[in-house]
Amino acid sequence: MIYSILTLFDIILILTMLWLAWCLLNTEDIFKAVVLFISFGLLMALAWVRMRAPDVALAEAALGAGLTGPLFLSALRRMNRTRKGERRLDSDENREKEHKANQEQG
Amino acid sequence: MKTEKKSIRRIRNRGKRLDAWQLLLLFLLLCLTTVLGTIIWTMPENTSGLTDAVARLQEQSGVESPVTAVLLNFRGYDTLLEVMVLLLAVIGAWSLAKAPFSGQAADTGPVQMGVVRLLVPLMFLVAAYLVWQGSHLAGGAFQGGAILGAAGVLLLVTELLFLPAIPALPLRIGLVFGPLLFVVIALFCLCLTGHLLGYPEQAAGGLILLIETACAISIGLTLASLFAGGHPEDDHPQSVNPTEHSDKEEWP
Amino acid sequence: MITTLLYSMTGLLLFAMGLFTLFIHSHPLRKILAVNVMSTGVFLIMVATAYKPMPLGNIDPVPHAMVLTGIVVSVSVTALALLLACRVQETSNLDLLERKKQARIPEESRR
Repeated sequence: MIYSILTLFDIILILTMLWLAWCLLNTEDIFKAVVLFISFGLLMALAWVRMRAPDVALAEAALGAGLTGPLFLSALRRMNRTRKGERRLDSDENREKEHKANQEQG
Repeated sequence: MKTEKKSIRRIRNRGKRLDAWQLLLLFLLLCLTTVLGTIIWTMPENTSGLTDAVARLQEQSGVESPVTAVLLNFRGYDTLLEVMVLLLAVIGAWSLAKAPFSGQAADTGPVQMGVVRLLVPLMFLVAAYLVWQGSHLAGGAFQGGAILGAAGVLLLVTELLFLPAIPALPLRIGLVFGPLLFVVIALFCLCLTGHLLGYPEQAAGGLILLIETACAISIGLTLASLFAGGHPEDDHPQSVNPTEHSDKEEWP
Repeated sequence: MITTLLYSMTGLLLFAMGLFTLFIHSHPLRKILAVNVMSTGVFLIMVATAYKPMPLGNIDPVPHAMVLTGIVVSVSVTALALLLACRVQETSNLDLLERKKQARIPEESRR
C-alpha cells in the first residue's frame, strides 16, 4: 500500500518536473524561463529528499533557489540594460572617435 | 514596415517548424537517448556499490555522517580540487570587470530593510549550525557555505551603502583562507603520516571540523562575490595609475 | 527498483531536452539554462542509481558526495558563464549584428 502511494507521488513529481523543464526550455520569454527554473530547482530538492539524499537536497535548495535564480535575474537585467542602449557606446565607431580624440590631444 | 513584420513572422514560424538539419539533430539525439536508456535499463540491480567499504572504515574517519566522511576523508582530494575550482571561478570573474555598484542609496522600503535585519543573522546562525551538524547528520561545509552565500546575495540585492566600501585585502584573505588551510593541513598530514590528507586517527574529527568551518566561510564569500560580478573598488590605486598611462601611450 | 528506473529515465529525458535546446536556441542565457538542466539530469541519474528502498539497508554515500561537489561547481561555473555572456554582449558590436540581421531577412524572404 505504502509503496503504491509513493510510486504515485514519484510519477506526479516526475511529470511536473518534465513539464516544467519543457516549458522553461521552450518559452519565448527568458524571464519566465528563469522563474520556471527556480521552481524546477525547488522540485529537484523534493526529488533528492525522495532519493534519500538529504545532503544534496539541502545544497540544492540553498543553491538552486537562493543563488542560481538571482544570478540569472541579475544577468538578465544587465543584458536588457545593454540592449536598450544605455551602454551601447562601446561600438567600434565610437571607439574610433575616442581614439582620434585621444591622438589629437596627445 | 509591413514587409518587415511579415519577414519577422516568417522567421519566427521557421523557428517553430524544424528544418532539415534540426530534424537530423533530433534523430541523432533520439538514437543517443535510446542507447543510454538501454544501458540504464540493463544496469545490474541491487549492487551495494561502496556502501560496505564506507561502513567498514566509518569508525576511523572521525565523523559519523557517511557523506561527510566520504567528502572530507576518503575522497578529500576531490574536495580540495573543488574548492580550488571555486577560487579559480572568482579569479576569472574578477579579471573580467569591476563590480557594478550604483554608488547611491537604493530606495529600499522599510519592509525589505526589516527582512534583511531579521534574516541575515538568522542565516549566519543556520549556516553555523549546518557546519556543526555535518559531522553526524545531513549538512556540512557546502550547505553552510551556500547559506552564507545566500545571505551575502541578500545584502547585495538590498544595495546597502557600506558594501562597495569593503576593502579588497580582507576580502581576498577571506577567499583564500579556506583553500589555504586545506592545503596546509594536507601537507601537514603528508609530513606526519606519509599520506596526503591522511589524518591521524585521533585528530581526524577536529581537523575535519576545522577544514569545514574555514571552507564554509570561503565558499560563502566566493558565492557572494561571484554574484557581485567583479573585483572590488580599491584594487591597488597607487600601482594601477602608472600602468594605465603607459597603456595609453603604447596604444596605436 | 521501479523508483530507480523512473528517476533514471527522467534524468535521461532532462539531459536529452537540455542538449536539444542547447543546439537549437541562440540566446546565451537560454544556452546556460539548458546546460544547467543537462547537469541536473546527470545528477539525477547518479543519485538514482545509488538509491535503495528503506528496508534494504543503507544507501551508497559516494555518489551523493560526488553530486554535492558537482552542484557547487556547476553553480560557480554558471556564474562565470553568465558574466562572460554579459561581457560578450556589452563589448560586441550590436549595430553590426542588427545590420547583418536586417540584411539576412530580405534574402530569406526571397527564397
